[in-house]
Amino acid sequence: MTKLTWDNAAWISAALFRDLGLKTGQMVKITAGETEIVIPAIEAPGHVTNSITLPMGYGETNGLGYVGNGRGFNVFPLRKNANQFVISGAKIEVLSDVYELAITQDQNTMEGRAVYREGTEAQFDKEPDFAQKTGMDGHIPPNISFYKGQVGVKSETNPDGFDYEHEHQWGMSIDLSKCIGCTACIVACQSENNIPVVGKDQVVKGRIMQWIRMDRYFAVSKWGEEEANADDVMRSPTAEQLENAEMVHQPMACQQCEAAPCETVCPVNATVHTEDGLNAMAYNRCIGTRYCANNCPYIARRFNWFDYNKRPLDELYWGPLSSKDKTGMRESMKLQKNPNVTVRMRGVIEKCTYCVQRLEASKIEQKQKQRDSKDFRIPTDRVKVACQQACPAEAIEFGDLADEKSSVNKAKASPRNYPVLKYIGTQPRTSYLARLRNPNPEMPGAEAVAAWSAHQI
Amino acid sequence: MEATADTPSTADAPSEARILDREPLVLNNRSYAWITNRICGIVENKQPALWWLLFVPSVVLTAIMAFCFVYLISTGVGVWGQRTPVYWAWDITNFVFWIGIGHAGTLISAILFLTRQKWRTSVNRAAEAMTLFAVMCAGLFPAFHVGRVWMVWFLAPIPNANAIWQNFKSPLLWDVFAVSTYFTVSVIFWFIGLVPDLATLRDRCKPGLRKMLYGFFALGWRGGNRQWSHYETAYMLLAALSTPLVLSVHSVVSFDFATSVVPGWHTTIFPPYFVAGAIFGGFAMVLTLMIPARKIYGLQDLITPKHIDNMAKIILLTGTIVGYAYCMEFFMAYYSANKYELQTFQLRAYFNRESAWYYYCMFGFNVISPQLFWFRSMRHNLFAVMAVCMCVNAGMWYERYVIIVTTLERHLVPGSWRNFDATWVDNWTFIGTFGFFMMLFLLFLRFLPVIAIGEVKGVLPQSDPHHEPDREPGVQEEDLMDYPDRHVAKPAAANA
Repeated sequence: MTKLTWDNAAWISAALFRDLGLKTGQMVKITAGETEIVIPAIEAPGHVTNSITLPMGYGETNGLGYVGNGRGFNVFPLRKNANQFVISGAKIEVLSDVYELAITQDQNTMEGRAVYREGTEAQFDKEPDFAQKTGMDGHIPPNISFYKGQVGVKSETNPDGFDYEHEHQWGMSIDLSKCIGCTACIVACQSENNIPVVGKDQVVKGRIMQWIRMDRYFAVSKWGEEEANADDVMRSPTAEQLENAEMVHQPMACQQCEAAPCETVCPVNATVHTEDGLNAMAYNRCIGTRYCANNCPYIARRFNWFDYNKRPLDELYWGPLSSKDKTGMRESMKLQKNPNVTVRMRGVIEKCTYCVQRLEASKIEQKQKQRDSKDFRIPTDRVKVACQQACPAEAIEFGDLADEKSSVNKAKASPRNYPVLKYIGTQPRTSYLARLRNPNPEMPGAEAVAAWSAHQI
Repeated sequence: MEATADTPSTADAPSEARILDREPLVLNNRSYAWITNRICGIVENKQPALWWLLFVPSVVLTAIMAFCFVYLISTGVGVWGQRTPVYWAWDITNFVFWIGIGHAGTLISAILFLTRQKWRTSVNRAAEAMTLFAVMCAGLFPAFHVGRVWMVWFLAPIPNANAIWQNFKSPLLWDVFAVSTYFTVSVIFWFIGLVPDLATLRDRCKPGLRKMLYGFFALGWRGGNRQWSHYETAYMLLAALSTPLVLSVHSVVSFDFATSVVPGWHTTIFPPYFVAGAIFGGFAMVLTLMIPARKIYGLQDLITPKHIDNMAKIILLTGTIVGYAYCMEFFMAYYSANKYELQTFQLRAYFNRESAWYYYCMFGFNVISPQLFWFRSMRHNLFAVMAVCMCVNAGMWYERYVIIVTTLERHLVPGSWRNFDATWVDNWTFIGTFGFFMMLFLLFLRFLPVIAIGEVKGVLPQSDPHHEPDREPGVQEEDLMDYPDRHVAKPAAANA
């Protein structure tokens, strides 16, 4: 997973990349037979040494419109009838130009923070709840807060809690064993929730708007002879270690914390909690101080730096200097939007709200059906959120935590269930199921599989 | 004055060790008339060429700042360099920087007033003015950094059709109230202090618009005893009212960070650390402005090496407190056994290679450079003082940058780590606020008395007519004296 957007690049193994002294985005000339192409290079940890992968389908110069034209580099000339997919004997030459690549993640390793958790089957058999004890969660004392917010199930001892009897209580579970990292959830979310395409220059700056993102981390289980240690900070792996790196990926969106740090800091009450446990956004109320985004431990909030929905297609934002005849969005583009979801203007924060429009539509439908009956609940698992619907591996379970039969409750009952960054005490409604691996012990390097997370003290 | 009152007649008891004279607060035994003429002269005479040389670029920079804000509002906050996860960068850094500078004024005028530090009289007016202008610069950033500046009235607790009330749990809202209260009280305090001096200016100018304006703002001041008596009571009450503000404003600003969950922000040391840093940076800015001003306008007798020496000592003290806080942050991060906390500091100071130099600039400028002030010779060397003050001015900006930007660059989830790059709009908005600040300060020099005339006269020896009438002439005798040689204290001569 390169985290590269907008362009393609030559994926080069870490050893070769470093031997050639390349920088990310540095142009290389690849010659195979008599054909040569020029393309920027990107380091791909885990890639086979001395080979290069070239993604096809880029470099179109006309007919794809503003967004598609001129993106990436055409590698089809290398493709001959005799050898359609694998070409050997190619030569690589390093050029001096550096091309700007829009990469959405700079950091390659997790620095022992145990955001992602995995283990082997043997480990699971021995200690089924290993995931709940990984990282700091294993040894830190419970969080004590003087400030008691709306947390947990409403009861006599906890009168401020969430009402599980009269309300739906939404929750999500993401199974890291099932997730294949295809990022279909991201695309589904983008189209469902009217998330604007921000353009390459904005992505380069790190202003990607997608509400759900796929974090990926490379893992080195051993530093040479030395075991990996959670206290290693920014320890740069060698090229050889990167060649054998493992990779994990984790979909990350708003975790709908019950004790949400974003809510307490908003000066204008633009982000508040609903009775059914959603961390809601009132876009009309938001003035854009961005304090909530700073205080979000999961970096789940996105800001409209420009009027992304109003700008002309060939200009990145609608400002006073924009050409007058191209102002605003084309009518055809407006039809692309989901009518049930607000189109946000510039200067407001936006984020995942568990597809609140679907939840509300479903509730309304249920209310129409129920008439005078007291059966107000949406039938078990009837409402699906966009990312869940698109997930080909069914890694995402979503539903009503107040409904005992719901699949999200079943998923959360697993011993593999863990909340990310539990120590902060945010009580997120989204939790993850740790990934389980079952390597063949005969396989070389089997002992290193999923071993690294065990070291995260 | 107590200065001379403490001096015994050493000639009578030659065997006793001589008690040294307290250093006078105004040198060369200047008279009341000299002080009035010198200070009012700044306002009444033509400004020196240097004033214009500074004023014109300041206005240009102010215009650039205004252009940057217009561009920002019309186009979007994205013209600045902020990005995920660095949602605050230069904007809040500049805000905290300017608000910190705005702390010296109130400290000098209120706390030093209540503690009867008489040396404050020569610097308090300019320091208070500087405070106001710094707070104005500071206020621009939180106001304009928001995404929808036309909606900032949502921050005011006024009943509205939305039926939504402000969130009083938010430190940002506390900030709004803290800063606006501070600004209001500082303006009132400054203005009350100005009233007698405005009356002096009024009385000295020819009839016309100028006289009318000074007269209007002098509020009918005649200098009667009852007026002085009421005035001094009011001034003391205001000083008492401002004193808690010196400590509260920057504490509240620090709550923006301290109450969050972000490692590197979430620390209890922030309020005292921020207040010490603010006083530190504020005094450095006072010296930065006053050392050239006293030279240009010939105020060396009023702002003496003693004043500079005192302020340098405060810089040394607060700089060392800040240095202690830097070290203690590291210790607590280690002692907490919290990996996130510890890594934040390791990354900030070393592993985030692109941003670590900010940390070393901060540490070097704020902790190491003021150590020069342990030496008296350095505190009396104006070039050294200016150099250290410049370091501190820069260092305090770096400190806020380190706290805000380098912390956010390495937030909790490593997948979102990203470094910040400033844009030209960031740079020019900040540089522009210096122009705005300088412009306001130069206008202040041009139109208002830079030193509190009435108060400085109060610390002259001749203002205290009640002791040893044979040694010091009283106020009534003032007019009979021929200046400047009449009553130079001569203990050494008496000894011989």
